[in-house]
Amino acid sequence: MSTFIEKQEAIIEDFELFDDWMEKYEMIIDLGKEIRSIPENKRSDDQLIHGCQSRVWLRTEYKESAMYFFADSDAIITKGIIALLIKVFDGEKPETIVKEDLFFIKQIGLQEHLSPTRANGLVGMVKRMKMEALKHV
Amino acid sequence: MNQTPDYIQELRSKFPILKTEVHGKALVYFDNAATTQKPLEVIERVQSYYNSENANIHRGVHHLSQVATQDYEDARKLIQNYIGAGKESEIIFTKGTTDSINLVASSFGGLLQEDDEILISAMEHHSNIVPWQLIARKNKLTLKVIPINRNGELDMETFETMVSEKTKIISITHISNTLGTINPIKDIIKKAHSFGAKVLIDGAQSIQHGKINVSDLDCDFFVFSGHKIFGPTGIGVLYGKEELLELMPPYQGGGDMIKRVSFKETTFNELPFKFEAGTPNIVGGIALGTAIKFLKSIDTKQAFSYEKRLLNYAEEELKKIDEMTLIGTAAEKTSLVSFNVGKIHPFDIGTLLDKQGIAVRTGHHCTQPLMDFFNIPGTLRASFAFYNTIEEVDVFINALKRSLSILK
Repeated sequence: MSTFIEKQEAIIEDFELFDDWMEKYEMIIDLGKEIRSIPENKRSDDQLIHGCQSRVWLRTEYKESAMYFFADSDAIITKGIIALLIKVFDGEKPETIVKEDLFFIKQIGLQEHLSPTRANGLVGMVKRMKMEALKHV
Repeated sequence: MNQTPDYIQELRSKFPILKTEVHGKALVYFDNAATTQKPLEVIERVQSYYNSENANIHRGVHHLSQVATQDYEDARKLIQNYIGAGKESEIIFTKGTTDSINLVASSFGGLLQEDDEILISAMEHHSNIVPWQLIARKNKLTLKVIPINRNGELDMETFETMVSEKTKIISITHISNTLGTINPIKDIIKKAHSFGAKVLIDGAQSIQHGKINVSDLDCDFFVFSGHKIFGPTGIGVLYGKEELLELMPPYQGGGDMIKRVSFKETTFNELPFKFEAGTPNIVGGIALGTAIKFLKSIDTKQAFSYEKRLLNYAEEELKKIDEMTLIGTAAEKTSLVSFNVGKIHPFDIGTLLDKQGIAVRTGHHCTQPLMDFFNIPGTLRASFAFYNTIEEVDVFINALKRSLSILK
C-alpha cells in the first residue's frame, strides 16, 4: 500500500498529464464519481460542512486504527475535490491525517480553492476531516 | 446588429484592467453588479492624491489640508449635482450602500416606536434586510415584506394593501442585484407619501445603469456605493432630505461630527458633518468625484441604451441552450442575467467559466430569501456594463457550452 506521501505524489503526477485546466477539472469530476457517496436519504444536517457555496456532506468511519470517509456534494467539482482528499486520507491512521503535510493541493494548482473566499469549501473540508481524525488520536 | 459599436470600443479603452489575461485567456468581466472597473483617470486620481495632496481635512490650517479639503468638498458638490440633490448638506459620505442603510436604520429607525411598521421587499439584498431586523428587534417594530411574483416583479396589488398610517418607512431596492428587476419606485414613493411614510431607495445597482434624480423621484433617502459607479471601494453616499437628516440623531461619535465637546455635554456639528465621524475616506471621496466627472464626460444615454442591447443579445443566446432557466424575467430589467442550467450547480459552471477567463458570480448573491422563494441553491449571474462587448457575449456563450459539455 502506498504511503501518505506516495499517494500525494501520484496525484501530482496524474495532474501533470494535462496542460489544460478544463481537462484537469474533467479528471476531478471523474474522481468524484468513484468515491463512496452518501445517498440522499442517508444525508443529515450534522454531516454538512459549512463554508462551501455548494453543500458537502461528510461521514467518517474508524475501523482497525484507520479512518474511512464517505462524502457527497450537490456540485460535482466540489465532490471531485473532496474525492482527492479522500484518496489521500482514506485508510490512514488518525495521527497521520492530523499531523502530516498536505502538500499536493498547492502542487497541482488547486490553491485557489484554499483561499478564504466564500465560494469554496476546501479549507472547511480539510478542517472537518482532521477534526474527525482528532477524535481518535 | 451583432457587432460592438466603435464608441463602445473607445469607452472600453479607458479601462486598463479590461486588457488583463486570466488563466491565459482574455478576461471577460461580467461581474459588474458586484463591482465595476475603474477608468484610468480614477486610478490616476488616487495616485496623484497621495503623490501631492495627502493631508487630513477640515481642520488643518496648512496648504495641503486646505487643498485636500477643497477637493473632497468639490466631490460632494459633483455628487449633489449628479443625483439632483437640492443641497450639498444632504450628501453624506459613508463607506458604501450597506453603511448608508445601517445609518438610516439606526438613526431614523431609532426614532420609531413599538408597532410602527417598516416595509421591505422579498428581493432585497441582505444589506437592506438585516439592519432593519436589528432595529425592529430593538424598538419592537414590525417588519413586513412585499411579495414578488415568479417573474421576479413586485406584487404591487398586495403592496397597495400593505401600506397604512402605521408604515413609517419603506426601504426598497431600485434594481434587484439578483434578478435585474427595475422596481416602479416612483409609484411606491407616491403611495408611501400619501400615508406619510418615508422611502429609502437602495440605488446600489441603479446608479451605474441610469441617470438618477432624487428631487424628481422625491425619495427621502437614496443610497449607493462608489465602487459600483466606476469609483473606488470603501466610499459611498447617503442622500437624505435635509429636514429628516436634521431630525435624526448622529450615528457614530468622534472627530469631525462635533461642534463642542465637554465631559458634561457635547453639541454636534451641522450637516453633513454630523454624520461623518472620524477621518473620512478622503481619497475615496475625491476619486468618486473623478468617476462622476468621467460619467459626465461621456454620452451615458447612448452607453446605457447599449447595455440593453447586450442584455437582449445575451438572453436570446442563453435561451437557445437546453434546460436553460432564466431567473428574473421582469418586463423592466437592467443588464444582468441570472440563470441555472438543469440541475447543474452554479458553482460547477462558474468554476469552469473562470478557467476560460470569464468572471461571473455564482451563489445566492446575498439574497438568500430570494433563493428560498425560487427554491434554488443559487444562480449564475452575468452582469454587464457598457464597456462589455457583443463579442464577449459570444465568448461567454461558447465557454458556457463547453463547460456544460463537461458537466452534463
